[in-house]
Amino acid sequence: MRRHLPALVSLIVVAGVLSVLPFTLSSYNVALAAQVGILFIAVLGLNILTGYTGQISIGHGAFMAIGGYTTAVMSRDHNTNLVVTMLMAFAICFAVGLLVGLPALRLSGVYLALATFALAVSVPQIPLQYSTFLGGSGGVQSSRTVSNLWLYTAAWTCSAILFVLAWLILRGRIGRAFRAVRDSEIAAVASGVELPVYKTLAFGISAAYAGVAGSLFVLATNGFAQPTEFDVFLSLQILIGAAVAGLGSLWGVLVGAAFVGLLPQVSTSVPLIGAEHGRDVVFGAAVILIMLLLPGGFAGLLARLRRLARA
Amino acid sequence: MMEAVTSPLGGLRARGVSMASAAVVYVLLLAAAVTLLVGSLESTRFATLTVSGVAVGAAYGSLALALVLIYRATHVVNFAQGELGMATTYVAYQLIQWGLSYWEAFFATLAIAFVLGAAIQTLLIRPVQHRSVIGAVIVTVGLFILIDGIVNWIWGSGIRFLRSPFGGGSFDVGGVQIQHLYVGMFGVVFACVVLVWALFRVTKLGLGMRAAALRPAAAALVGVRVEWMLALGWGLAAVLGAVAGLMYEPTQLFLTPTLMQQALVFAFAAAVLGGLESPGGAMVGGLAIGVFLELLAGYLPQVVSLEVPFAFAVLLAILLVKPAGLFGRREVSRV
Repeated sequence: MRRHLPALVSLIVVAGVLSVLPFTLSSYNVALAAQVGILFIAVLGLNILTGYTGQISIGHGAFMAIGGYTTAVMSRDHNTNLVVTMLMAFAICFAVGLLVGLPALRLSGVYLALATFALAVSVPQIPLQYSTFLGGSGGVQSSRTVSNLWLYTAAWTCSAILFVLAWLILRGRIGRAFRAVRDSEIAAVASGVELPVYKTLAFGISAAYAGVAGSLFVLATNGFAQPTEFDVFLSLQILIGAAVAGLGSLWGVLVGAAFVGLLPQVSTSVPLIGAEHGRDVVFGAAVILIMLLLPGGFAGLLARLRRLARA
Repeated sequence: MMEAVTSPLGGLRARGVSMASAAVVYVLLLAAAVTLLVGSLESTRFATLTVSGVAVGAAYGSLALALVLIYRATHVVNFAQGELGMATTYVAYQLIQWGLSYWEAFFATLAIAFVLGAAIQTLLIRPVQHRSVIGAVIVTVGLFILIDGIVNWIWGSGIRFLRSPFGGGSFDVGGVQIQHLYVGMFGVVFACVVLVWALFRVTKLGLGMRAAALRPAAAALVGVRVEWMLALGWGLAAVLGAVAGLMYEPTQLFLTPTLMQQALVFAFAAAVLGGLESPGGAMVGGLAIGVFLELLAGYLPQVVSLEVPFAFAVLLAILLVKPAGLFGRREVSRV
């Protein structure tokens, strides 16, 4: 228990701040904070796959798209309760993730990265072809919109549940197997880890997280699922979030999500460059700088500070 | 040394199998070439589509080759390659606006691209590349966003026009109209690729670059300036990317900051198809994808919005049969 004390204290502090936050912020900022919560879930999911299992994915935007369209279509056609659609998004994306994990058994490293990149590029094109069911380029409007406060509460409740779930998964037998696969596939197999089971499982869990994030993401855009919202940039954003957070640690995820969620918003008001383009210039430059200065991301910085404090 | 070939047959037998499958790849490629030739002789429409496919495919191949050069040298997949090509195309546009002729601007742009590529490697990639591959990849993702922002900032997101250097005429070959543009595109890309190949194969500098890429430590011991060679490699890759951008631009109606985003996706596919480590494979992959897409759009216009997913489904199917691409070798690693 003593070992987990600092972690527990910081968790309680973060949870406390998050539950007070909506009462002090303006409605716009509540929406922004909800956006950070949504990215938190996606980055957390990617970290399970890339950080803990060592499988790079540049395609998490695709899973978010699947989750988002699940919510929008179910809500449009059956007026389903939104929480139920989130659970459906979780389940469907888990299944799709398992399927996508199958090719990952044959592909490794950079080939896998590019295959998932292909997924990120391809999935947003599908609604254009099946426009009666998936709304074409105009998108799907779900039957209900939610308030910013609802969204904030939903996003951070999901974040909390999924964070605890991730912690439980990663601390036990499954997490050990994941890390073994990451460190050396051959050694993992030799120690009796069934590679096919754990690789596809990591993909499934990770995709399910992205699915929930996508579901909330659609609700955040006024319940409107559109192909352009799920472009490659979204996948890259999640990957950047995971890298800034630091791969293979749960503690940096909040910082990574805040970085990708807030910086593009904050930097629209840069002087000199102008709002429209300043965002990309500042965001791109910040990503490069962080990677140069903090190669291990925020988690790496924490680990270094902890070592300094002990020495 | 322990070989980690996943085949239960072990190293020697696995090599025999891979030689047999290489033969299959060559036979299939030959069959595809013969099909294209026969089809082109049979139908004018088929021939027109094949020619434009080859020309666009050459541009994809050039960009794919740039990716492969960098991947071979540093095991980094450069996401910014396409945006670099787009930015240098804008530079050429600006030079022409300032009164240079097209070809003066072309060569000046290649020189600028070279310096830019080498500078990026020296300043941004070198500090991270030894620490982690994913860190270097994220840096290139950051560059992608940064370059996009800078181009939008300087030139705006509106459309610009860059005059095609080859005019609008066409040759008549047995009833098939072949645009000057396509012949010119293919010719320029081909010339550049041959020059790069010659640099690597014939010159001492090229030998040094290959040594630095394959065995950095050993190359350094025999006096190769490894870091310079890597910077040079990035410079050359940027030149190829610039050629790709300049040659690809006339096939689009106008110049916008999103010029190379689709092209990058297909260049990735081409590089992976060819095996990522194989420069020849990248060119073959580029041509194959160019022709495939052009024929698909020509004969199955109803699936045109599924063009990208379809291309990737085929790519994935090929990768599942040959996980290291058509010309790639399976990596054998020490455990």
